[in-house]
Amino acid sequence: MNLPDESNDSVIQLRDVVVAPAGFPALAGATLEVRAGELVALRGANGAGKTTLLRLCAGLAPLARGAASVLGVDLSRDRAAVRRSVGFVGHRNGLYGELTARENVAFVGALVNATRSEVNAVLEEFGLGGRVADTRAVALSAGQRRRTALASLAVRRARLWLLDEPHSALDADSRQQLERVFIQATAAGVTVVYTTHERSSNSQPMPRTITMDAGRVVQDHA
Amino acid sequence: MRNVFAVARKDLVVEWRARLLLVRVLPFALLVLVLFAVALDSEALLERAAAGLVWLAAMFAALLVVQRCYDIETADGALDMLLTSVVEPSRVFFGKLLAVVGQLLVLVVVLVGGAVVLYGVRVDAAGLVLLVTTVVTAVIGLASVGTLYGAVVAQLTGRDSLLPLLAMPVLAPLLIGASRATEAAFGSQTIDLATGWAWTALLAVFAVVFTAAGAASFATLTEPDA
Repeated sequence: MNLPDESNDSVIQLRDVVVAPAGFPALAGATLEVRAGELVALRGANGAGKTTLLRLCAGLAPLARGAASVLGVDLSRDRAAVRRSVGFVGHRNGLYGELTARENVAFVGALVNATRSEVNAVLEEFGLGGRVADTRAVALSAGQRRRTALASLAVRRARLWLLDEPHSALDADSRQQLERVFIQATAAGVTVVYTTHERSSNSQPMPRTITMDAGRVVQDHA
Repeated sequence: MRNVFAVARKDLVVEWRARLLLVRVLPFALLVLVLFAVALDSEALLERAAAGLVWLAAMFAALLVVQRCYDIETADGALDMLLTSVVEPSRVFFGKLLAVVGQLLVLVVVLVGGAVVLYGVRVDAAGLVLLVTTVVTAVIGLASVGTLYGAVVAQLTGRDSLLPLLAMPVLAPLLIGASRATEAAFGSQTIDLATGWAWTALLAVFAVVFTAAGAASFATLTEPDA
């Protein structure tokens, strides 16, 4: 199956994609196009296929049928190439419990040659300065762990951010902070796609909202 | 190389803070040595079997180290983070291998010390050179098999029991080679130093083969399916 016509600023192109982890079609013919610098919220009930769509775009779930291209890479041919270019934060935070918040972020930073001042700046940006930075992840609160995971993503310098319920466990201030980070990131050309259960949002700017049901995209409000 | 050292450093810091090697693995390995001494209850027999018992205890304990090395990646979904990073999978393998080698070297040195104390083995200068070379090559081989098979079972349920089942048969040649070479280093009358060096050469080949196999197959082995 061919993909839609290549547009220069198209970051995600999915057409009739089927993904069936353990034989169950979690994505059953989803079609979607996302352009560079867009902020996209994926909504839908549990089991609608939001997480699987993110994992597909991150190169973490294999494509069973359909056509899919992320950052110009055909997912049916080279999932690994996509993985090197995206930043992904799943349901779990992907932290090392014995490392401090600073060490967790610094580890990800070291992999992309980030400087110590860049790591410190990201920690401050996510409200993880001071004592919190030097606290082991296992001793942090759920919200602090989530912010550490998001700080690790920010220091990663990925062109596409894929976040599974990034607002979970965050208090009101942290949510506002996260939205400011989204604004800065999208202004810099980063594409942000995240899932959420929340029905309404006061986010500024308003994200493009895509609703999923039974493994398909059923509504798309730009 | 920078990424290799970053992964190794991270694994070693996590281990240092968790103290698994100090609190669980080393006591377990030393306990195995003590229990062998109690069970065999013969100085002559223990002196002769010392090398094999050291490496058997090292193999059992190494499986705990390897399991821990992957548990830290799966406990909070860090493996997904690592897979969606810029690091080539082979470099993750080498980083993990380096961290496991570091821990196993400490483990085997303690076990050899335990054999000296508990089993009364002696090592002369010529034997010491062979012993050090054998320990380094055997530990790299042990770590490469462990890191390779640890990756095979990392994302499977029941991995705790699967790892020994898969890795131990593969480690049998290493166990034989390391035991023979160490026996020669301990000044055994049944095996001379030249033969000990031949066994060490075989261990080096084993280590090279499994390190290369691990680096080449790590990407495939950690490829996420869902």
